[in-house]
Amino acid sequence: MASTAAVPFWRAAGMTYITYSNICANLVRNCLKEPLKAEALNREKVHFSLSKWAGGKPEKPILRSDTPGV
Amino acid sequence: MFRQASRLLSRSVAAGSSKSATARAFSTEVPSTIDSTFVESWKKVAPNMDPPQTPSSFMKPRPSTASSIPTKLTVNFVLPYASELSGKEVDMVIIPATTGQMGVLPGHVPTIAELKPGIMSVHEGTDVKKYFVSSGFAFLHANSVADIIAVEAVPLENIDPSQVQKGLAEFTQKLASAATDLEKAEAQIGVEVHSAINAALTG
Repeated sequence: MASTAAVPFWRAAGMTYITYSNICANLVRNCLKEPLKAEALNREKVHFSLSKWAGGKPEKPILRSDTPGV
Repeated sequence: MFRQASRLLSRSVAAGSSKSATARAFSTEVPSTIDSTFVESWKKVAPNMDPPQTPSSFMKPRPSTASSIPTKLTVNFVLPYASELSGKEVDMVIIPATTGQMGVLPGHVPTIAELKPGIMSVHEGTDVKKYFVSSGFAFLHANSVADIIAVEAVPLENIDPSQVQKGLAEFTQKLASAATDLEKAEAQIGVEVHSAINAALTG
């Protein structure tokens, strides 16, 4: 019925709401005053370790991290 | 399952033709009794098995809407990392919905509003507390409870105006030079957010 509703520009460009929302949040964090900015960026740091499994055993893990050298 | 399909379908069509197709009761109005016709037909077919339970039988009944409008709005304002306001009773909140600034008073019609980057203000007597919200949703319930969720919300004092100007200039320039649709969208988001913060700081 309402499938002709106008889509937001970011949805039309192929972006999902979560991506849009996270970009907005990051932009706001980047505009904070100094000690708060460092705390906010620190709070949002992520660290991933991904390993694919083959034959019941994990292969070498892939690390993605905002804290280099970890 | 499909043996009964034709019988069940014809039963619901017969019921549907007697009232309008869209006359479905809201879950706040349906009493929590089980459909007795269904239970009887079930017992005829499978007398040793309990009738299946429906999801609504596991749910707690919704809080009833007070018959008179409450004097205060209860606000729960949460962020992913902190609960900014929890059950706070206020007079009004103004939220930056995508359809414009929306004032929410006690007794507001139940609404789900998507928020755009903008100022949210909480009014309690003569105190007004303002936050810049990056984006999120606001759920206004029939019992005058407002659940507002945002990814990032900062009091206006914590924003650095020079960073905002820098960001605005940078993204305006990116928008002009963007090539792919995605880059254009990202640059446009940047311009919108920074303009909104600018307007919030000056307005």
